[in-house]
Amino acid sequence: MPQLPSAAPLSWYLILSAILFVLGVAGFLFRRNIITVFMSIELMLNAVNLSFIAFSYQLGQNDGHIFSFFVMVVAAAEAAVGLAIILTVFKNRQTLEIDEISSLKN
Amino acid sequence: MDAILFLIFAGIAVICGLNLVLQKHPISSALSLVGVMGSLAVLYLLLGGEFISMAQLIVYAGAIMVLFIFVIMLLNAGTERPSRRRLWAQYAGVPLLAAMLAIAFYIIQRALPPSPGVHFGAFQHGNPFDIGIKLFENYVLPFEVTSLLILIAIIGAIVLARKEIN
Repeated sequence: MPQLPSAAPLSWYLILSAILFVLGVAGFLFRRNIITVFMSIELMLNAVNLSFIAFSYQLGQNDGHIFSFFVMVVAAAEAAVGLAIILTVFKNRQTLEIDEISSLKN
Repeated sequence: MDAILFLIFAGIAVICGLNLVLQKHPISSALSLVGVMGSLAVLYLLLGGEFISMAQLIVYAGAIMVLFIFVIMLLNAGTERPSRRRLWAQYAGVPLLAAMLAIAFYIIQRALPPSPGVHFGAFQHGNPFDIGIKLFENYVLPFEVTSLLILIAIIGAIVLARKEIN
């Protein structure tokens, strides 16, 4: 068994970020519930935040922290508006399945 | 020690992320997402981001996820039904995502210079003081634009969710 390094290299953090992003894309593609699709988008945003902060550590500047703070703010605004849209869609259609909400298609 | 902490919380994050994608009930997915966000907050702390770690816990794991769970309970969302459509995404999706992950691994391994590793405490600019200095000296305009964005989001949410009164 190879010896564990005493400190995790930066690439481990970036690989974790890539894994979480791909999981978010998978949830976005495969899930049918509109709320779960929305949560997958939040997972992707979190993965990108992790790589912002990892690069910020590597460069020794805190600009990445500022950017991930802005990402958090935008995600909060997006969650408020998106969940209001979901509420309105449910009020009009009585469904949360994204296959049935297709009146803009074609 | 840092590597062990990283492995523990990265494992929790990946398991919770997988659980988010695989669970059929939205409330299970939401709780898995809370797990992902909590372990990411610990990883931010390992990387020296004290402010951003606390903001992650309060804003994401606190406020946003409470909003999600509140909407799930309000709409009484149940287990989702498997759909028979979207065969293309069902079959081509997993290999394409695996290819994307492999390309990301390759690029990360090739492009990064060899680094000494992430030591807890080596990054000293993540405290609220330094973040505030940077935010209000270099990033004042984006900060103000963000406040406008939040105002628009508040108005939009109220307009969308209001009850029709005749």
